[in-house]
Amino acid sequence: MSAHAFIEMRDLTHVYVSKAEANEAISHIDLSIAQGEFLSLVGPSGCGKTTILSCLAGIIRPTQGMIRINGETLRGPSSKVGYMLQSDYLFEWKSIIENVCIGLEIMGKRTKENENYAQFLLHEMGLSRYKNHYPSQLSGGMRQRAALVRTLVTNPDILLLDEPFSALDYQTKLRLEDLVFDTLKKHEKTAILVTHDIGEAIAMSDRIIILKRNPGQIKKEVVIAEELRRKLPFQAREAEGFHELFRQMWKELEEDED
Amino acid sequence: MKIDPVKIHQRYLQKQKQERIKVRSVQLLLLVGFIVLWEIASVQKWIDPLIFSQPTKIWALLLTNIADGNLFPHMTTTLSETVVGFVLGTVFGTLLASIIWWSPFLDKVLEPYLVVLNSMPKVALGPLLIVGLGPGFFSVTAMALAVTVIITTITIYTSFKEVDPNYIKVIQTFGGNKKQIYQKVILPASFPTIVSTLKVNVGLSWVGVIVGEYLVAAQGLGYLIIYGFQVFNFTLVLMSLVIIACLAALMYQVVFYIEKMLIKNRG
Repeated sequence: MSAHAFIEMRDLTHVYVSKAEANEAISHIDLSIAQGEFLSLVGPSGCGKTTILSCLAGIIRPTQGMIRINGETLRGPSSKVGYMLQSDYLFEWKSIIENVCIGLEIMGKRTKENENYAQFLLHEMGLSRYKNHYPSQLSGGMRQRAALVRTLVTNPDILLLDEPFSALDYQTKLRLEDLVFDTLKKHEKTAILVTHDIGEAIAMSDRIIILKRNPGQIKKEVVIAEELRRKLPFQAREAEGFHELFRQMWKELEEDED
Repeated sequence: MKIDPVKIHQRYLQKQKQERIKVRSVQLLLLVGFIVLWEIASVQKWIDPLIFSQPTKIWALLLTNIADGNLFPHMTTTLSETVVGFVLGTVFGTLLASIIWWSPFLDKVLEPYLVVLNSMPKVALGPLLIVGLGPGFFSVTAMALAVTVIITTITIYTSFKEVDPNYIKVIQTFGGNKKQIYQKVILPASFPTIVSTLKVNVGLSWVGVIVGEYLVAAQGLGYLIIYGFQVFNFTLVLMSLVIIACLAALMYQVVFYIEKMLIKNRG
């Protein structure tokens, strides 16, 4: 469907093995994502959303199938992919600037230039004043913004967002949605968002994939209308067609609940 | 009524200060009361003065021992044995925990051995250590090491394992390897636990050293206690005990200070 597949998942299948059982978390997922696209994955818990992200991040090796990024087969963590977790997971013993630079440090890319870029991003997120503070001194929203900077500073082309707003209060969440949306569009990133929040998925995405569970498979694909896509998430929530789509998806997901 | 936050704060501080003074004075009163009661009880023969001695005698003995320079070598011997045993126990314990963390296979293999070693009374190793290392500094230090190292290993390894896996995930998503995970996450995240094991180890290494000295030493506070016991000089025994209590308290303070330095930035 997309003109040029930037990310390509073919027959992606993963089985978790434990003492009790072998559980097929995702099964034969085929999915292509275009460069610069914002894609959301929604579905009931246990539908393998996080497993897909972990495969894309190169942290787990799929049991079967493959992922290609820009034509190259993925074989482990790639510097092209950045991962943002549910909670910020900033290191309490490091200052904000040290936290933000941890990725650069691990990749051996902590140069003066990149550090300046980190400063720039902190400034962009309104955090310059806090760069020498410690995470415990910051609010939840500020911490999540710092985590975003940590992910962006290594300059990945693809961002994996694993419910990054779920631990925040509603107001902060709405504001951060706009900020993240704006930042990603500005830096021309491709993004894959995992969320439980239907509204969030509609407001932020270009396309939504609805998954079903046991095993995780693609159930339906929803392409968001052009007018909604262009708007910032906050405005999109107010826009015509939003509620209609929300109801549709709500129904779609309800069928999967027990 | 108008509210003045500055005044309220001042009042609060003043109250806190009063409370502190109260606590300190009661503490001092308890100590003085105990010493005075001890003295009286001993003089009045309510307790056996031969066994329990009396504070004034202990003090007098302490002064003569300091004056003729007899005490100092005993103190330095015991203190150095304790400090060396304590440091080695902590370092080796942390090292061992790191090795076990590194290799999950080794963890599974060593688990029952660690459990057995941990529940075994380490002082029972005394005779072996003495024969192996010769009576003196090395065997006594080794005893302190033996008492502390296993429990340190277990405690620190447990804290390594309890580090939130999501922190490890953060490092992994950047392509970090195991060494980087250890350096950037596991070790720094476990600093608070390591420091709290230090506190426990202060007490434990004193146990190891004193028992070690009971068994072999020709010098040290443990030796003084055994010597006093053999010649039935309980003033000497009690004096040594008081010194040990003071030195151990001092060491604890040092560890407390290190703790403050290491984890001052954690919320």
